[in-house]
Amino acid sequence: MFTDFFYTLRERKVPVSFTEWMTLMEALAKGYITNLDEFYFLARAILVKSEAYYDHYDIAFQEYFNGVETPAEISEQMLDWLKDPLNRMTLTEEEQALFDNMDFDDLLKELEKRLQEQNGQHDGGSYWIGRGGTSPFGHSGYHPAGIRIGGESRGRHAIQIAQERRFRNYRNDLTLDVRQIKMALKGLRQLSRIGPEDELDLEETIEATAKNAGEIELMWRQSRKNAVKVLLLMDVGGSMEPFALLCSQLFSAAHSSNHFKDFQYYYFHNCIYDNLYQDIERQEAISTDHLLCTLEPDYKVLLVGDAKMSPYELMEKYGAINYYERNEIPGIVWLKQIAEHFTHRVWLSPENSCYWIHPTVQMIGKLFPMFPLTLDGLGQAVRKLVVKK
Amino acid sequence: MKNDGFDQFKGSSDYVTSEPLRNAVNVSIALGRPLLIRGEPGTGKTLLAHSIARGLEKKLSIWNIKSTTKAQEGLYVYDTVQRLNDSRFGDREVSDIKHYIKLGKLGQAFASPEQVVLLIDEVDKADIEFPNDLLNELDEMSFYIPETDETITAIHRPIAVITSNAEKELPDAFLRRCIFHYIEFPVPELMEEIVRVHFPDIKNNLLREAMKTFYSLREIDEFRKKPSTSELIDWLRALIAGGIPHENIAKEVPFIGTLLKKETDYDYFLSNYMARKGDTFGIRRR
Repeated sequence: MFTDFFYTLRERKVPVSFTEWMTLMEALAKGYITNLDEFYFLARAILVKSEAYYDHYDIAFQEYFNGVETPAEISEQMLDWLKDPLNRMTLTEEEQALFDNMDFDDLLKELEKRLQEQNGQHDGGSYWIGRGGTSPFGHSGYHPAGIRIGGESRGRHAIQIAQERRFRNYRNDLTLDVRQIKMALKGLRQLSRIGPEDELDLEETIEATAKNAGEIELMWRQSRKNAVKVLLLMDVGGSMEPFALLCSQLFSAAHSSNHFKDFQYYYFHNCIYDNLYQDIERQEAISTDHLLCTLEPDYKVLLVGDAKMSPYELMEKYGAINYYERNEIPGIVWLKQIAEHFTHRVWLSPENSCYWIHPTVQMIGKLFPMFPLTLDGLGQAVRKLVVKK
Repeated sequence: MKNDGFDQFKGSSDYVTSEPLRNAVNVSIALGRPLLIRGEPGTGKTLLAHSIARGLEKKLSIWNIKSTTKAQEGLYVYDTVQRLNDSRFGDREVSDIKHYIKLGKLGQAFASPEQVVLLIDEVDKADIEFPNDLLNELDEMSFYIPETDETITAIHRPIAVITSNAEKELPDAFLRRCIFHYIEFPVPELMEEIVRVHFPDIKNNLLREAMKTFYSLREIDEFRKKPSTSELIDWLRALIAGGIPHENIAKEVPFIGTLLKKETDYDYFLSNYMARKGDTFGIRRR
């Protein structure tokens, strides 16, 4: 029962997994639900794991249960009656055909009608609500389009459909989300001993104790902490607009990763010239020279951008796309200075590497090892950044 | 919801719950899965665990998570330093490692002879890997101690309540195993019920005026931290203790410091909503 509801939820982009669905089935099988209201809250508690999806859930719920008002008594009676599945029965071909084209609404109306007529438990047979049998209501029966009430699902159709769809939906899991980026960024670490001496150095302690003729001498040392400092420079606006979401995910992942010793970020548009900016609107400027003077060369530098621009933007004096920037020094020289200053640097391009055949991309690629902004690419970039030089 | 001999949580005398929340609690108990609670600060996430423990008359065990907390600490700690130290004087049996294995909060909850309510408070504060490190333990409700070659298995599955402020994304695998409930901000009717639990003899007109002012303050979107239930309770306590007449509440908003905890919010409120001294306008209604 309700299997379509699962897919309605997924269509509405509620990230419901099979595990959670099985949990719901377990809860249903244990008989915790007596009416639709309880089903609503129970299913939500089990299936939806963020309030951000409550709205999606509501839409899906309305869509699926549109106009359905199940009186509380229905399922209470049903669940009492229908605890144990009976053996399966077989349908003749004619019977199959007869029941194949009933839709959900019809079934429900019919259910209410028959429920009014019926006044006792009923197993087998083809009309009354009960176990086994070929009536479209009840469970363990062989009605192809039936509404299951209680019991466990044994429908072959449902399993096949579930398998087909699960593979299609698996692809959702492959998209890069903030958490995955964070996990990739976790690779950016170089542990070194800093801070107070609060860790017992076992080997030193043994050594010292032995020298001390067995009198215990505790030796302490500093614990290992991440010493990595990160500088993130992002291209914003213009041709980067389509990748804004991806870039903001990278940013929030890096920003909320609390394991860096220092994290700094600046924005630019198309290419770096005299100034970098502290905000996306590019109002608060800070001079590139100042950065090069103040940041030590051991900052790990991540540049994010498509690296695509007109060659003159990169190569010419006054080439900046913003006329008023009036850069005396061409962008390529600035980039070269950055590349020479920092020992560990990468360029992440949100575009697929098959689009990298472009003059400015090629030139920048010579200064900065370039990787695509995908999970794999990010992983490679991170490895490049922690390599010992 | 049917009882079926399962612990039926109905709320406790000092904690008012909504029905969906009660159902979520009962389902999580019945299915033996952790209950993940999220919601605005001050909506009673932590208090829920206290209430469950009281309502079901079980012991409450609290594991407060900090940014440095490791999953291992919740299971057990092997106190090597103590053992080394003891070996010097020989007044304790050092050959038995068991004396130096100290169970953490989770371990204690497993080993407890009776079922306990385990509160894992503010799970999102810990390292990003933390929830994943506990997956298996929460799933199987058992863990292995290599030092003593022992497996600690839960005698009774603890009723696990996990709170989170959702500052960081929790891993999907972790979420899949939880029952989730988001505590919404109470509507005025529910809030009145909550307040009456704390102040049974509060005067009606005082409560009415205070609630009106409180909900209009919550409508100010410019606040960085909107006042929530716990702030309202504190404020009412102050109002009652101060003997403030109810007709002055909306006009003066006394003890505003109990409602607004951030300096910027406080300044914003004073300069935008409060009339200057001697003026009679008070807080602007929207």
